[in-house]
Amino acid sequence: MSDHESTYVPKTGIEKWLDSRLPIIRFGADYMALPTPRNLNYWYTFGGILMLCLVIQIVTGIVLAMHYVPNTEMAFASVERIMRDVNGGWLIRYVHANGASMFFIAVYLHMLRGLYYGSYKAPREIIWILGCVIFFLMIATAFLGYVLPWGQMSFWGAEVITNLIGAVPVVGEPLLIWLRGGPAIDNATLNRFFSLHYLLPFVIFGVVVLHLWALHTSGQNNPAGVLIPKERTAKDTLPFHPYFTVKDGFAIILFLILFALFVFYMPNALGHADNYIPANPLVTPAHIVPEWYMLPFYAILRAIPDKFGGVLAMFGAIGVLFVIPWLDTSRVRSMRYRPTMKVFFVIFVIVGLGLGWCGAQLPDAQVVPGMPSFMLLDGQLNSYLWLTRLLTAYYFAFFLIIMPWVGLKETPLPVPASVSEPVLDGGIPEKKG
Amino acid sequence: MGRHGSIGAHERCDVTESVELNHDGHGGGDDATRRDFIHIAAGAAAVGAGVMMAWPLVNQMNPAADTLALSTIEFDLTKVAEGMQVVIKWQGKPVFVRYRTPAELATIKAEGAVGSPPETDADRTKAGHEQFLVVIGSCTHLGCVPTFNSGDYGGWFCPCHGSHYDASGRIRKGPAPRNLDVPTYEYVSDTRVRIG
Repeated sequence: MSDHESTYVPKTGIEKWLDSRLPIIRFGADYMALPTPRNLNYWYTFGGILMLCLVIQIVTGIVLAMHYVPNTEMAFASVERIMRDVNGGWLIRYVHANGASMFFIAVYLHMLRGLYYGSYKAPREIIWILGCVIFFLMIATAFLGYVLPWGQMSFWGAEVITNLIGAVPVVGEPLLIWLRGGPAIDNATLNRFFSLHYLLPFVIFGVVVLHLWALHTSGQNNPAGVLIPKERTAKDTLPFHPYFTVKDGFAIILFLILFALFVFYMPNALGHADNYIPANPLVTPAHIVPEWYMLPFYAILRAIPDKFGGVLAMFGAIGVLFVIPWLDTSRVRSMRYRPTMKVFFVIFVIVGLGLGWCGAQLPDAQVVPGMPSFMLLDGQLNSYLWLTRLLTAYYFAFFLIIMPWVGLKETPLPVPASVSEPVLDGGIPEKKG
Repeated sequence: MGRHGSIGAHERCDVTESVELNHDGHGGGDDATRRDFIHIAAGAAAVGAGVMMAWPLVNQMNPAADTLALSTIEFDLTKVAEGMQVVIKWQGKPVFVRYRTPAELATIKAEGAVGSPPETDADRTKAGHEQFLVVIGSCTHLGCVPTFNSGDYGGWFCPCHGSHYDASGRIRKGPAPRNLDVPTYEYVSDTRVRIG
């Protein structure tokens, strides 16, 4: 299915001339004809949606950079100028700001889909690892971008996150000064963050190319999780175009409706009011919270009482994703045939959402208001601190204990021999006549 | 590149039988040749040049000369009323100058060496000026500015992650790893300090 034969035949003279010099039309035609498993469901449309998100962010970002001024004296005002005076600037900025959130909604669903259907298992480990690299770069890019408007949340978010690097033993302090370009977050920091925020999306684009290259080499996974042998390619696959371009297109329309809902009706719902106050290095907002998509990791950071330990746990929470292909011991890819693992997966999704919820709360606040509890080590048991710790423990246990252990112990359901077998017993019948 | 047998090399290079050479000029034995030397020397020079080119690209991110030039400020202590603090900006960071009340001083002195690392109040102030505390106002956890006169120890409370400092700026409770840092400073007169 991966190394399919090229079916492109240049027709006109100019196509033939071009094909023997730069076979770019052949590349596009082969890409569109890629044999794609015919049982893909809508969870598989997020790849296309993510590509669209990246393009939207790059296009709106380039336009915003034409009006934005990366200087501590002028950054906040230049963003407000974009909102008020630049033609259509409000729309472009709201699309860019909410686009980041949409990007993360899509990427989280895309990753959970990969986790559920075992898309990381051999021979697709590299696709998964490249995806993790993209995810990490997305977090970095989103963080850098959030600093640029130079509001209170921008400034203090940058302060808190760069301070994480200061937690590294021995080299932390010089590294922190190097990163910030001075003893504190200041103009030098804003300038370099702008430069890197402009650069990283193109790095992401490069890794996306590798991600797709690896995908087209090892072939797409599918909800049944079975490999499609070469001799079944004709029966079990369909060309990418028009079958899956149309399916992706329909999903994109639904996604854009959600996108538009945020941009036009609640453009600031996912942001923080404090970021409309210009940055003040002498006053910290009463309640610093990162953007929603970072909250689970922020919660993990706060769950650990030790500063460097918290930093390690937070990066570890992302780092563990890279080794999932080797943590999962099951021979069955799709959790459709792994009833035990499916339960743990559902709990994992709830835990992830729970961590996000905890990340937005004050650690000392009570989970159940008014319920009496007792002091356990360094905090009340009935506090977000201990709930976060419980959820953090499950997050890591899911990957490091449950995944290897269940894979060895469970009895999976019978896996179909092919993609079409569960639908049509014995596969697709040959056409008659 | 695989090594060729000496017979093949002789035929191709048309050299006398006593000198064993491969077609790429390497000696037939393990002896280093002039070509090996050139390879290593050229490689080392390329790496050296690469590092020398990379260093300015890395080092440009360190604080620039004008940033470093803003490293000292002077402050007039008569601006602080007893029981209050003034927040000044030094090197982009807030500095707390706090004029402690006799009651606060008595509480702190009675506690002896506490915090992390354990320090007495005398370790953190200048002799003869114990009523004034000068500390960098960034929480040693993740750099938020702690709020004045709150928390469980009558000093500061960091709203970000719940660190409690006492009126000597020592960490007493919460995730912060260290006491609030005391910057380098000196009294230029009885009522003026130079920070930095």
